[in-house]
Parts: sequence; C-alpha cells; structure tokens
Amino acid sequence: MDFDLNDEQRQLKDSVDRLLADSYGDLAQRMGYMKEPKGYKAALWQQYAELGLLGIPFAEEHGGLGQGLTETMIVAEAFGRALAIEPYLATVVLAGGVLRHSGNAALLEELVPAIVEGKLTLALAHQERQARFDLADIATTARADGKGGYTLEGEKAVVLAGDSADKLVVTARVSGARADRSGIGLFLVDAKANGVTRRGYPTQDGQRAADVTLSAVRVTPEAVVAGPDKGLQVLERAVDEAIAALSAEAVGAMGGLHELTVDYLKTRQQFGVPIGSFQVLQHKAVDMLTALEEARSMAYYATMMAAEPDARERRKAMAAAKVQIGKSARFLGEAAIQLHGGIGMTMEYKAGHYFKRLTMIDMAFGDTDHHLRELAKMGGLT
Amino acid sequence: MDLRFSPEENAFRQELRSFFRSAVPETIRAKVSENRHLSKEEMVTSHKILHAKGYAVPHWPKAWGGADWTPVQHYIYTEELQYNGVPQPLPFNVSMCGPVVIAFGTPEQKKRFLPRMAALDDWWCQGFSEPGAGSDLASLKTTAVRQGDHYIVNGQKTWTTLAQHADWIFCLCRTDPEAKKQLGISFLLIDMKTPGITVRPIQTMDGGREVNEVFFDDVKVPVENLVGQEHRGWDCAKFLLGNERTGIARVGYSKQRVQRIKELASRVMAGDRPLIEDERFREKVAAVEVELKALEMTQMRVLAEDRHRKDRLPNPKSSILKIRGSEIQQATTHLLLEIAGPLAVPYQADSDDAQFGSNEPPEDLEWAAPAAPAYFNYRKTTIYGGSNEIQRNILAKAVLGF
Ligand SMILES: Cc1cc2nc3c(=O)[nH]c(=O)nc-3n(C[C@H](O)[C@H](O)[C@H](O)COP(=O)(O)OP(=O)(O)OC[C@H]3O[C@@H](n4cnc5c(N)ncnc54)[C@H](O)[C@@H]3O)c2cc1C
Repeated sequence: MDFDLNDEQRQLKDSVDRLLADSYGDLAQRMGYMKEPKGYKAALWQQYAELGLLGIPFAEEHGGLGQGLTETMIVAEAFGRALAIEPYLATVVLAGGVLRHSGNAALLEELVPAIVEGKLTLALAHQERQARFDLADIATTARADGKGGYTLEGEKAVVLAGDSADKLVVTARVSGARADRSGIGLFLVDAKANGVTRRGYPTQDGQRAADVTLSAVRVTPEAVVAGPDKGLQVLERAVDEAIAALSAEAVGAMGGLHELTVDYLKTRQQFGVPIGSFQVLQHKAVDMLTALEEARSMAYYATMMAAEPDARERRKAMAAAKVQIGKSARFLGEAAIQLHGGIGMTMEYKAGHYFKRLTMIDMAFGDTDHHLRELAKMGGLT
Repeated sequence: MDLRFSPEENAFRQELRSFFRSAVPETIRAKVSENRHLSKEEMVTSHKILHAKGYAVPHWPKAWGGADWTPVQHYIYTEELQYNGVPQPLPFNVSMCGPVVIAFGTPEQKKRFLPRMAALDDWWCQGFSEPGAGSDLASLKTTAVRQGDHYIVNGQKTWTTLAQHADWIFCLCRTDPEAKKQLGISFLLIDMKTPGITVRPIQTMDGGREVNEVFFDDVKVPVENLVGQEHRGWDCAKFLLGNERTGIARVGYSKQRVQRIKELASRVMAGDRPLIEDERFREKVAAVEVELKALEMTQMRVLAEDRHRKDRLPNPKSSILKIRGSEIQQATTHLLLEIAGPLAVPYQADSDDAQFGSNEPPEDLEWAAPAAPAYFNYRKTTIYGGSNEIQRNILAKAVLGF
C-alpha cells in the first residue's frame, strides 16, 4: 500500500493546481465564466485539453492517455478546491465512462480523439423526474426499428451540462417495466438532432443543466452505445466512477472551505481578540478537520474500489463512500457558514459557494440516506 | 397545575384560526408556507389586515392598540398565526422598536411613532450590526455628535434586513467616545429620507436580497429622536435583544413546515412507495416533531415563568428557545431538501439575475424550486438575533453562573 503520489502524478497535480489557481483564484472570475455562452470558460476547456486532462481515463489505443482512477481523483479534487464549473464530470467521467465501459470500439475510436482535443463535450441524459435515485427507473423508451436502429421517446430532467453538450448519451428502455433492471439501452444522440429539445438553466451551485425532451429521435445502429443486454451494467460502472470522482471533488471543496474558515477565525476580531481564540470555535474547527480527514480516507477508498470488478463489492464501497462524504460535507459546510457569521451568508464570499456545491454533490447519484439504506440492505460493508 | 387549554381558550383559538384563514389572502399564506419571498406590498397588505382587527400589536399596552390578553392567549395567537402561514407583523416595528419606544420613549415620541409603527404606515429597520461589530455589538463605531439641536451621524451599518423598504431606521450610535464600550451608546431614530444615507444591497448565497449595507455621511438627526437617555442606549438594546430572542423560536412556522414535509413526502415516490413510508425518513420527521414539542412546551414554561418576574429584563432562558428554535427550523428545511432530492438542483434565478436567463420551473415541480434556497438561507437563523454561540455564552453566565 502506498498513499504517496508518484512523480508523474505529482506533476499532474501541480500543473492542474497551478492552472486552476490562476483561473479561479478570485470568485469574480468564476462569476464571469458563468455568464459565458456555454456557462463555463471555453478557453479554459482548451487548456485542460492541452494539459491532457481530457484524455486521462481513455485507453491509448483510442487516443487517450490510458491513466487510472487516481489521476481522475487528482483532477477532481483540484476542481473541488477551485470550484471549477467546466463539464469535466459530465464529459470525461460520466458520458466518457459509459463509452469506455460499453467497449464499443467503433464509437470510442470516433469520439475519443475529439474529446481529448477539447472539441467535443458530452452529457449523460439519464435522470428522470420520477426516478429519484433509482438508476434503473427509466420511462424513456427506445423502440427498435428492426434494422438495428431505435426511436427514442421521453423526458430527461436535470441533465448536468446538458445545455452546452454537443452530444448526449441517453438511457432508454428497450423492454420491460419502468424500474426493471434489464432492457435498458444506451444511445448516442446529437444534441441538435431532430426531436431533441433542451431547456437549459443554472444550477444551485453555479453550473448548468437542462431538461431534455426526446420526441421521435432517430438513432442509427452505429449510435447504439450499448444494447439492452448490458446497458444498466455499463451505466452503473460509469456512475460508480462518477461517485469516486465526486467524492474527491467534495474533499477538494471541503479542504478549501476548511482552510478558508480557519484563516477567518485567525483574522476576524471580536471582543478585542481573534474569534479563533474562543475554544468553542477551535473545537468546532477541529471537528471539521476530523470530518475532512474521514472524507478524504473514504474518497481514497472509493477510488481504490471503483475498479473492483465484483459489482456488489463495488456498489457497497461506493455507498459507504457516499455516506461518509455526505455526512462530512454537511457537517463541515454548515459549521463553516456558522463560524463565519453574516459574511458566510453572502453571494460575494466563497464559503457559500463551497457549501452549495457540497450540498448539490449530496443530491447527485443518491444522497446520504439513500446510500446508507442501500448499504444496510446489502448487509453492511463486510 | 393544569396543562390543558380551557374551553374559552379553545374557542379563542378557533376564532383566530377562522379569521386568519378567511381574512389573509390565500396567495400570501401559500407563499409563506412554501418558503417563497413576499413582496413589500404583500407584507404590508397582510400587516394591515391584522392591524384592522387589532392583531398586529396585541402584546402592546392597551392604550397603544394592545389586546390585554393572557400569556396563554398570546401564545395561542402566535402559534395560530404562524401555523396558518400568516406573515409575522413586521418584527422591526412591533417586536423591536415599538416595545423600546413604549418602555423608554417620551410621551411625544409615543404619540408620534407608535400609531404609524403599529399600522405599518412606516416601515422600520434595525441598524445595530456593523462590519466590525457583530457579536461584539458594543464595539460599534458609528458616531453621533451633538451639534445644537441635532446629532450628526457618520458610519456604517450592515446586514440591515429589508432596509430597501424602510422609511425609518433605529440605530445604535456612539455618542461618547471616551466612555467605556457600552456606556457611550445612544438609541436614535433616523428618517431614511434624510440626506447622507445610502443603502447598498447585499445578495445572500441563496440569491435573495433581504440584507443591505447602510452608510451614514453627515446625517442630521434631530435631538428629539433620541430614545431614553443619552449614552444609555445600551439599556434599550439589551431590552430589545431579549425580546428578539423569544420571537425567534417560530414554533408555529416549524409546525406548519412539518405538515408540509409530511404532505410532500406522501406524494414523492422513492422507489415503489412514497418517501414517507421509508422508515428512516419517517423516523427523522418524527424525531423533529418530538424536538418541536419539547420546544413548544419549554416556550410555554418560559412564558409562564416570565409572569413572576418583576424586572423587565429578558428571561435568560429565552436563549434556549432561540437555540432550539433555530436549529429545528434548519432541520425542517433540510428535510424539505431531502424530499426534493435531485429536483432541488435547478436554480430559479430571480429577475435581478437576468444574465442567467429567467427560468420558471415546470408547474408540477414548483414545490421543489425553493427547497435548496430555503435550506441555504435558513443557515442565517443560528447567526442572527445573537448567534447561537453567543446565546450559549448568555446561558453559561446568567443561568449557570460561570
Ligand atoms: C440574514 C441576516 C439578517 C440580519 N439582519 C440584521 C438586521 O436587520 N439588523 C442588524 O443590526 N443586524 C442584522 N444581522 C446581523 C447579525 O446580528 C450578525 O450577523 C450577528 O450578530 C453575528 O455577527 P457577525 O456576522 O459579525 O459574526 P461574528 O460576530 O464575527 O461571529 C463569527 C462567529 O464567531 C462566533 N463568536 C463570536 N463571538 C464569540 C464568542 N465570544 N464566543 C463564541 N463564539 C463567538 C459567532 O457565533 C460566529 O459563529 C443579520 C444577519 C443575517 C445573517
């Protein structure tokens, strides 16, 4: 076991941290990016491409860098600390993960080079209104046309980065009842294809999402990412990797928020002394540190287990990680706002943005209670 | 000891309930229970409806429009008002400045200010906090220098709630720079239209615009607007903050929110059954209800105890109400967020944020839109009105004798 980064990983971390410190050093920069046409800084996306960030998890034979989940974790943590809003999770981890795990060589060869160069962004159009946290709950239908293609019909809600993405990876039901685990296919759809309507909006944490309506959307046989025999399994693998990445992002955000809070405690004066001299606040800051360290440990665990081939063991680990991250993030986030007093409540100050991002991470792919329940159902961790 | 309500008290409750439900517009009450922002006009409308019936300032002395109720009646009033989603009569007027003027003001000040305050003909705001003076309020720096018949006020207040609507502001200003902290402060009433006052909005993290900075640049305030003795404004402030603490428990609003949690959770499906049937969720709701009942009973006990107190100083135990009341409010907003789950993610920009494009949520999802903003916004309840840490300090000193 080795918790140290190797030289290349350290280099990666240094260069991402440096780029993001420049690009996100000031909260006003982020506010500026939110107003750009895509809702993020397109030029920065190109810089990610130049740094090789967009190719991390893709195999070299497809044009990627063939790196592992540790590298993804490094990037995600840096994103969390910087509160970066570019659609890395949507393009590279989620939709990209679906493509990778589908094993669809033709599509990978076609798409990965464009993704890696920063010319193609993707979104995973999966979530539906009624589904809450059940990945298999899909009402959108895919009707086979008898020639290997499909016609999609349905509505997707809160598709992360869905309004700026060039292409959507859509989950749809080929057969079975609404929440059946079998019969789910994955389809690649051009975001501007006939029958696709998108309603984009900002999210609570400064990113963007879209509600997507699919009405008689045609999918050619070549654009079938994965058939109904294995769609859900592919989706689950990608989502598990996304949970690992989100855990790392949350740790980055928690780390940034904790540091901000401790600095504030050391500088803010009330009653003629720094408020950090009050022991009750010191203890709170220490409990936050504990929450952060627990979260970091579980983010590592998630990264380690995201590659576990045994689906049940993998799911248990992801559930455990999500529970810890959710618990730590809520405690640390709420405490950070409290320790700041009024300033923590404002839009102009970074603490609130960290807190909002952390809260939204809990809402993604199952909240704390959902995962606790799932883990308990599976008999706990061991 | 008899903890049951008498038949008269129950009848009183019925009377209030039917008045609140029939007289205060449904649209306004729905907004309150759904955690949506009220416009100034809606707040004034509701306040005036209550005032016409004598329900805006029932706790004031009869001579100034009060109702001469028993503590139990007051308790029932507050609970019914909140439980039915009626906006609280403007606290700055009726619970903060009004009682100070009644307790410390001159007969002329009472005649001049109280009727308009009670009717919300004038909107008041609270100018206590400053950038450098939050928890340590007595370190405030805004100065008021006596020049003939006027004070000249200079400085800055911050976090001033709804100052954008205000006609008047009640301020703590330093009148004696030489005196020890608390001893050189005076309580001044300042007309917001006076030249030299600038209001700058502060946006909160949820996107709301309820707080402001207020700047004073050589603002002339007539000496007759001083309440109480010069340099003794701290007495007014202490008295006011104690009143603020009890009002802040908001038991009725929390009860209403628990109802709403139960309704929404019976509609929202988690897998193949409504979320409310999920044991873990259901237990969390029940646990909050227990906490809320304990708070409610404690509040009644504090009120009962207050009847035997001879001084007019606040009961330090009201800090317990502030601490638990705020924590319970926060817990209920988090439960609403949990119900909304992934549907809480879209941000509904208000009209001031036009750069992001306005986006109305689909009609059937309107209930989910305020869930996250309310959760974010309610973090304020453990910060304002004396932070919960400060309340604990008060209890440690005043009740435990540390
Ligand atoms: C939404 C909102 C509305 C408000 N409306 C008004 C208004 O209308 N008018 C008005 O005058 N003010 C208003 N306030 C201001 C409010 O009263 C102050 O925010 C509050 O007093 C805390 O002060 P501060 O923000 O400066 O935080 P600080 O005093 O700097 O406190 C920062 C942290 O340190 C802790 N702390 C400070 N001192 C101690 C201590 N001795 N022991 C332990 N912990 C301590 C605090 O509890 C807090 O956690 C409002 C605030 C908010 C958030």
